[in-house]
Formats: sequence, structure tokens, C-alpha cells
Amino acid sequence: MSDEEDDIVLSELSNEELVQQMHDDLYDGLKDEILEGVDILLGRGWEPYKVLTEALVEGMRIVGIDFRDGILFVPEVLLAANAMKGGMGILKPLLAETGAPKQGKMVIGTVKGDIHDIGKNLVSMMMEGAGFEVVDLGINNPVENYLEALDKEDADILGMSALLTTTMPYMKVVIDEMKAKGIRENYVVLVGGAPLNEEFGKAIGADAYCRDAAVAVETAKEYMAQRLHNQ
Amino acid sequence: MRRGKTRRDRTVESISLPPESLTDEALSLRSVVIPTSPKSLPRTLLIACGALAREILAIIEINDLTGMALECLPATLHNHPERIPEAVRAKVQAARSRGIQDVHVVYADCGTGGLLDQVCEEEGVTRIAGPHCYAFFDGLDAFASRSEEEIGALFLTDFFARQFDTLLWKGLGLDRHPELLEMYFGNYDRVVHLAQTDDPVLDAKARAAADRLGLRYVRRKTGYGELNDFVTRAASS
Repeated sequence: MSDEEDDIVLSELSNEELVQQMHDDLYDGLKDEILEGVDILLGRGWEPYKVLTEALVEGMRIVGIDFRDGILFVPEVLLAANAMKGGMGILKPLLAETGAPKQGKMVIGTVKGDIHDIGKNLVSMMMEGAGFEVVDLGINNPVENYLEALDKEDADILGMSALLTTTMPYMKVVIDEMKAKGIRENYVVLVGGAPLNEEFGKAIGADAYCRDAAVAVETAKEYMAQRLHNQ
Repeated sequence: MRRGKTRRDRTVESISLPPESLTDEALSLRSVVIPTSPKSLPRTLLIACGALAREILAIIEINDLTGMALECLPATLHNHPERIPEAVRAKVQAARSRGIQDVHVVYADCGTGGLLDQVCEEEGVTRIAGPHCYAFFDGLDAFASRSEEEIGALFLTDFFARQFDTLLWKGLGLDRHPELLEMYFGNYDRVVHLAQTDDPVLDAKARAAADRLGLRYVRRKTGYGELNDFVTRAASS
């Protein structure tokens, strides 16, 4: 980092410059700077939702693009996510108080036999950032967990994640059980995880395979818009 | 902002190394051609992950298998499984263009989600069965039967124990950002070293890897497991 960059005082930047700087800081995974930037923007009277979407979500969108294009790698994305998570920690209670547009509700979890949750956690965070309410079931979920949560939470979307070739077929077990109970069409089912692909998503009867968190958000938005249109 | 940096991909450029000159670093990072009978066209070619090179060479030597050659893709593809199917396809097609018809793929599915099998089918080559190399070393049935009990296990073979620093610690960026350890391994509870050989130095390395990750250490001697059967069958095909 150059001396010039060291000298940046966030509180002296204009709103536009500060938001740009926060995008850079998210890109570089600088959590403390993100926390400071969020506080400054809130102190200047910005609505929490505006801080979330313009500073954090847009910053993570850029990170997502460069990850997809092979410019950034997993460690950098995790650092960026960690920084965003810090900012979200400040904003979430404020969003609950001030109200923000609600996109829909998602139940998400890693499937039975699988303990990997990095991708799932990224999707959860980006979905929350996009205005979805997210109920995260964690890891190693049998079909009962999903069905119970979908019902209890009155969710719109089911998200399932798997990292292992050996565990990804379990997604079909869940979808088949939903079909057997006659509830499959009540929900949008999105699946993701490193070994999955579009063909697999279709084969198991999911609505869509999402290759990364940004695609998951866009896909979820599209399906929610369709649902509203069809109501 | 640091956008726009690019990296030259050296993993696709092959180097030729005789068995006695192999290094773990080369097997991790480079595509390596290992000529076992340099003066004649081999009858059978094994296309393998670099992480399996030493074990395959040992099996060839122990069983005195002749007419076989080995070409390895970099073991670092373990961290980028989406690149494996097409990298294997390129190797198979290159071998065929040199007149080698008997080609076998020594990769497990390795996180390709069935795409490697699709490539093997399209190219008319066989692949060793199993989801991961850990599974065929351990024995597919035994590995599957322990999946629930060992759900929190990080598996290390001898190669990955030796290359823990390069492929896992540095590969995951933990050398630069140790604070990511919890995000990567927070749900794990043990390291299971599936040992192909008896080597106290290697055991110590595997144990040290478990310590660095803050996980319990378990050692299980597997030998070459089902890899031995696959390579010997390939030699007689």
C-alpha cells in the first residue's frame, strides 16, 4: 500500500468518494475501514438501506465479478465477506427498526453428510444484503430439517448447498420428498456448490443452479418477481 | 483498488522429469511427463493427478509392470476441480495424436460432479472408481461406511501430508490470512492421515498439520488400496 493510500482519512471524503473508497476497502478485505465507513455514512444521515445497497452490496458485487473472472480467489473473497459481515452487523438492527424493502424469505442449509458452509454463508449474506429474510439451518441437514423450516417459516425459497460429490445427490432426496408431500410447487428451489452444474440442477428437479452468490441473488429476485406477477 | 491483475497459468505447460528427478513441488504445480521407457512408445498411458505420481510409480515398480508411461496434471488442480475435466481431455487427445490408444485416467471424481466421467465416456477411456483419492486408498466400501462417523474429517494422503504447506496452508491463503482458519475448518474435528507408507517423518508432518489446524490427529495405514488393482489391471488391459 502506498503512502498516499495510508493518508486517506475516511471522514474527510465526500459521500461519493467515501462509497468508492468503501468498495476498494471491501475489495481489500479491510473490515475496520468498512465499520468506520458505515458509521460515517450513518452519521451523515444516510438511511441504513442506502448504506447497505450502495456501499456494501455494490462493493461485494464487484468482488463477485472478479472472483468469477479468476482475478480474485477464495481467500480474498472470504476477507471481503468478513468485512461486509462486520458492516452488516451494524446495519441489521437498524434495518429492522427503519424498515427496508422485503424481497422474500429463504430457508437455506448444507445437505446431510456435508459440513461445508463457506458458499452457503456467502449466499446467506448476499441474500440478506439484497433484502431477503434468510433462515440459515447450518450444516448436515436431513430432509426433515428443510421441510419443517419451510413450513414453520412460511418461506418462498429453499436453498441447498453441497461441496462434495458424495453429498450433492441428497438434494434430490429433499426435492423428491417435497414432491411426495405435494409441496414442491409451493417453493422456489435453488441449489449450489462447487461440484454442481446446471445439468445436475435440472436433473434433480431444482428450479435453478446458481454458480455463485451473485447469481443466487439475481435468480431469487427473478423468481420472486414472477411469483408476484402470477399472483 | 487492485482490480485487473492477471496470472500466467504455468500449470498447462508440461515438463519432462524422469522418476528419480521428481519433486513434490513440480508435481503440485506443473504438468509433468514421466517417461518410464523413453526410447519407445508406451503401450499404456496413465493420466493422473500429480498427487498420485509417486504411488503409481511404486506400484509399477513393485509389480514390474512394463510398457506403461505416466503423465500427471498438477496436484494444485485439487483446489480448482472445475479445470480438471478439460485438462484431462487435452491430455487424452494429445496421447491419441501420438498414437497411444490404451489410456487410463487415474483421477477420482475429485469434486467435478460427474463432469470428469462425462469426458472419460466421450473420449473412451476408463477412470479409477471413487469420489476422492482418499476413498480409493481407504477402500471405497470402508470409506463410505465411515462417512457418518468421519463427517468432520480432513483427509491427508502421504502426498498431501508432504505438501500441506504448499497446497493447503498457502493454497487457501492461510499463510497470509491465518484469521481465515475458523471459516475454512471451523466445522472439522480431526485430520485423518491415510498413510500409504510407513514413514515416521511423514507421520510427524501430518501430525504437525493437524496441530496447526487445531484438529485431532488420526493415522490409518491404507497402503495403495484400490489404486494397486486399477494400475495392475490397466497394465494387462
